Amino acid sequence: MNRIEARFASLQAQQKTALIPYITAGDPHPDMTVALMHHLVAQGADLLELGVPFSDPLADGPTIQKAVERALAHRVTLRNVLAMVTKFRERDDQTPVILMGYLNPIEAMGEAEFAKSAVAAGLDGVLTVDMPPEESVGYHQTLAEQGLACVFLVSPTTPSTRLGAIAEQGKGFVYYVSLKGVTGVGQADAGDVASHVAALKQHVDLPVGIGFGVRDAQAAYKMAQHGEAVIIGSVLVNIIEQYQQAGLDEVLAALTPKMAEFRQAIDAADKGESL
Amino acid sequence: MSNSNIQTIDFSQYPDKHGHFGPFGGIFAPETLMAPLEALRDQYEMVKDDPAFKAELLKDYQDYIGRPTPLYHAKRWSDHLGGAQIFLKREDLNHTGAHKINNTIGQALLAKRLGKTRIIAETGAGQHGVASATVAARLGLECVVYMGADDVVRQAPNVARMKMLGATVVPVESGTRTLKDALNEAMRDWVTNVDNTFYIIGTVAGPHPYPMMVRDFQAIIGQEARQQMLDQEGALPDVVMACVGGGSNAMGLFHAFLPDESVRIIGVEAGGDGLDTQRHAAPLCKGTPGVLHGNRTYLMQDEAGQIMGTHSISAGLDYPGVGPELAWLKDIGRAEFVAATDDEAMAGWRDVTQMEGIISALETSHALAYVMKLAPTMAKTQRIIINLSGRGDKDMNTIAKIEGFEF
Ligand SMILES: Cc1ncc(COP(=O)(O)O)c(C=O)c1O
Repeated sequence: MNRIEARFASLQAQQKTALIPYITAGDPHPDMTVALMHHLVAQGADLLELGVPFSDPLADGPTIQKAVERALAHRVTLRNVLAMVTKFRERDDQTPVILMGYLNPIEAMGEAEFAKSAVAAGLDGVLTVDMPPEESVGYHQTLAEQGLACVFLVSPTTPSTRLGAIAEQGKGFVYYVSLKGVTGVGQADAGDVASHVAALKQHVDLPVGIGFGVRDAQAAYKMAQHGEAVIIGSVLVNIIEQYQQAGLDEVLAALTPKMAEFRQAIDAADKGESL
Repeated sequence: MSNSNIQTIDFSQYPDKHGHFGPFGGIFAPETLMAPLEALRDQYEMVKDDPAFKAELLKDYQDYIGRPTPLYHAKRWSDHLGGAQIFLKREDLNHTGAHKINNTIGQALLAKRLGKTRIIAETGAGQHGVASATVAARLGLECVVYMGADDVVRQAPNVARMKMLGATVVPVESGTRTLKDALNEAMRDWVTNVDNTFYIIGTVAGPHPYPMMVRDFQAIIGQEARQQMLDQEGALPDVVMACVGGGSNAMGLFHAFLPDESVRIIGVEAGGDGLDTQRHAAPLCKGTPGVLHGNRTYLMQDEAGQIMGTHSISAGLDYPGVGPELAWLKDIGRAEFVAATDDEAMAGWRDVTQMEGIISALETSHALAYVMKLAPTMAKTQRIIINLSGRGDKDMNTIAKIEGFEF
């Protein structure tokens, strides 16, 4: 069993919702990324999502755009990101790691070579923002053959007619984009999410992670009631931006209370307690 | 691929249903846009052969844009260069001063049919922004135009025009602050406001159906030019030529000539400081295939797959990608691609301004520059058609600085 499946199976047995934090690899400095990953796990992350910097992140809002620019200022490449995963695995063999990024850097490396190197590094899944199932049969086959899970986005505009292909090619979990928009901008509507996720589950037999519009503990509490995972990104990246000039310890310390807030909110939802 | 293979290609059958031109094109878009793109494709497929839609478009082409545009024999310039006869397809005479409006008129009619109340556009030189603001004003639609912050400065007259027409111009500060970043920002807007918003892409790029749709709306250029040449000269041209930014004026001229095997097709990219430097915008001459802005095409990228900054004197050619159909025409050998540097473009601009009394856009001037090299190598009985894609009013600031005029 792949780490993602194992993790969701064990969480399900405990009736727990996963917390998945996102950071951009190489932000604020490539030397800090592995330490940030371990810290997020220590603060309650169940899976990790690592953004691969790309020059043209057209699905990302200003917060992650700036994170990507900070990382690219250090010339962080996809190969560097995989090296970070390798390093992370030296001390953590359990926590699933998923890359989120755009197709072009993967193509530039070569799909087959990427898939092999990614598995060797200890990566578990890949979410390619601009690679819908229609275009991607060969691509996702290549990844799947190496044992990587292809994670797909589903959005409020996704018609049920497209869910079949996503169900067929998707592995690990599906990522429900809780609003029409880019990352980090706007607030998800809980009622809307509930009905969409319910419809989604009729077609796709995978855990559902909810992200894009989860800005605070209140939102996480609500989303945890509808999905198997809650994904938070821009909230954390904003903190990293504030502390970009600071030392590693300060960045880590600044993230601690925010992670605790989200962890508590999700746990409260799981136990049926009020927030 | 050899010419015998080209003979067997039915160009009217491209792209396929999913927007592929051979290995290029396609739909590489974030999930939120997949359903809207499908809806757009279906709507377009439905109306494109609808006689009522075609009649409405044709009427606008005539009465609003001023089509057909003339095919003008530039005799003095031809004599000066001493070779082939040069014919200018006068897209500069269109309303708003460039070919861009052929496309915005068509897409705006579609926006209306889809019930959208707001249109957005990206622009480099500002010609597409102006053409979008123009049709928005005419149809009573809200209009927001994204423009790289650097381009806002160098194409100031067009920014003023857009504002006068009631559009909101948003300077884009991210990335390289030029056309590619304006496109990113327009995509982000579209993802966010997809319910009421129609995105009018200004060139033959983006995800399917845009490259096909924009080409179809621009194809009137080549259809007219081909017939005009037959009427005036009783023969097809030997060469058709256009500058290539995203490739809409080029595809517009080329498309009608694709099956005419005897006609050489040449696209001229922006050579900037020179193809042997890092500062140019010539992905077909120097790039490699990759995926950007929703399609697979030739790109200026580094070995890690990051899109590179480009440079061109002309904002409208300052783009690291190119339409997927042109990428395919290059690979199958149906079209050739060359580049003209900033300095060569200025020389082309000067020639046609001073010898023919036509002040062309800096984008267009790249094609003029290559004619200066090619025409003298050809016989006086041969003929070249150049797409004179736009007029130079918008470039007065840049040109005055280079030529040393007070402005
Ligand atoms: C006059 C003119 N020609 C050419 C271009 C380049 O675009 P395309 O390659 O799509 O024709 C532009 C773009 O702004 C333009 O304004």
